[in-house]
Amino acid sequence: MATETHAADAAQGASAPGMPQLDFSNWGNQIFWLMITLIVIYFVLSRIALPRIAAVLAERQGTISNDIATAEELKAKAVDAEAAYNQALADARIEAQRIIAEAKAEIKADLAQATADADAQIAVKAAEGEKKIAEIRAGALEAVQAVAADTAAEIVAAMGGKADEKAIGSAVADRMKG
Amino acid sequence: MATEAHGAEGGGLVFHPMDQFIVKPLFGGDAIGLFTITNVTLWMGIAIVAIVALMVLGTARRATIPNRTQSVAELAYVFVYKMVEDVAGKDAVGFFPYVMTLFMFIVFANFLGLLPMSFTTTSHFAVTVVLAMLVFLTVTIVGFAKNGAKFLGLFWVKSAPLPLRPVLAIIELISYFVRPVSHSIRLAGNVMAGHAVIKVFAGFAAIATISPVSVLAITAMYGLEVLVAFIQAYVFTILTCVYLKDALHPSH
Repeated sequence: MATETHAADAAQGASAPGMPQLDFSNWGNQIFWLMITLIVIYFVLSRIALPRIAAVLAERQGTISNDIATAEELKAKAVDAEAAYNQALADARIEAQRIIAEAKAEIKADLAQATADADAQIAVKAAEGEKKIAEIRAGALEAVQAVAADTAAEIVAAMGGKADEKAIGSAVADRMKG
Repeated sequence: MATEAHGAEGGGLVFHPMDQFIVKPLFGGDAIGLFTITNVTLWMGIAIVAIVALMVLGTARRATIPNRTQSVAELAYVFVYKMVEDVAGKDAVGFFPYVMTLFMFIVFANFLGLLPMSFTTTSHFAVTVVLAMLVFLTVTIVGFAKNGAKFLGLFWVKSAPLPLRPVLAIIELISYFVRPVSHSIRLAGNVMAGHAVIKVFAGFAAIATISPVSVLAITAMYGLEVLVAFIQAYVFTILTCVYLKDALHPSH
């Protein structure tokens, strides 16, 4: 019993000062293990962990800036492509305008040609017609003269006269002139 | 008499909020020599394993698109790197592995200490004093090595009126030497206090009537401790960066 109490007392005696932190007998031990711990951590961090993390972070930074550069490049390409497309569109429009103008001019020329041809043909036809009309008119005058002379001769004969053919002809010609 | 007193204590409310901080040998024996493997050794070893798992195994794929573990490792890297660069300046990035070591050790020790039944190595002044002294010595040595006697300009405030300067020099000198003290006690004190308070509330949980309140309080304290675990690691690291800036650019 007594020994147990003593043991308990002794155990408590070790921690009795209230704060085990102020028990200087084990400071050497703690400091020894702390130094070992710090040295181990220092070497693990400075030799392995920190360079590795620094490399990973730098690599990530590189990847990100690379990606951004690539994106910029692609964007510039897209802008270029758009410009080229617009240029092509404008060119095509100008070409189309040119073709339309050419076609228009051609059609106009054809039209003018056709009109001129038609006019010429019409003129020819009209001249022909006029000539025919003149011929017909001339023919008619002659026929009228002949009929008038015949009729006059018949009338003179019927009236019992003896008609001189020459006199009748000149008389008919005179009348027709008048 | 003594036995009876002990028995009475055992039956009622027993608070041993500080017992969680006792350094014990793992493989029997009472004596703690310099090389004795103790619970300190165990939990520092676990911290190393956890850091290796996160920072080395987590980044083993070196993926451009990181998975969750690698993201956390990268987050920690960028967090501390930016801190060193922004606070201590661009020429201090050479100290980045050193600062990263301190940050990773403290943050992992703090969070591992939040596991139930675990041992919190950063709750011991032996640990935090060594960490703070490492920073203090680094800053002092780097300060003199880089700037020579000009490093003493840190204590000679040129922007103050001349009669005030000696007084300010004394104040600056004192504050310079108090730095490692505040640096170490801030970390260990915060961590220890939170853990002790949780243990006290846990002791109250034995009483049925107030145990719900106690459990709620433990939950709330635990949430606060998660915050403290990170914030204290952050504060320790950022102060290290501030001191490094003093060493590299001692002019005010």
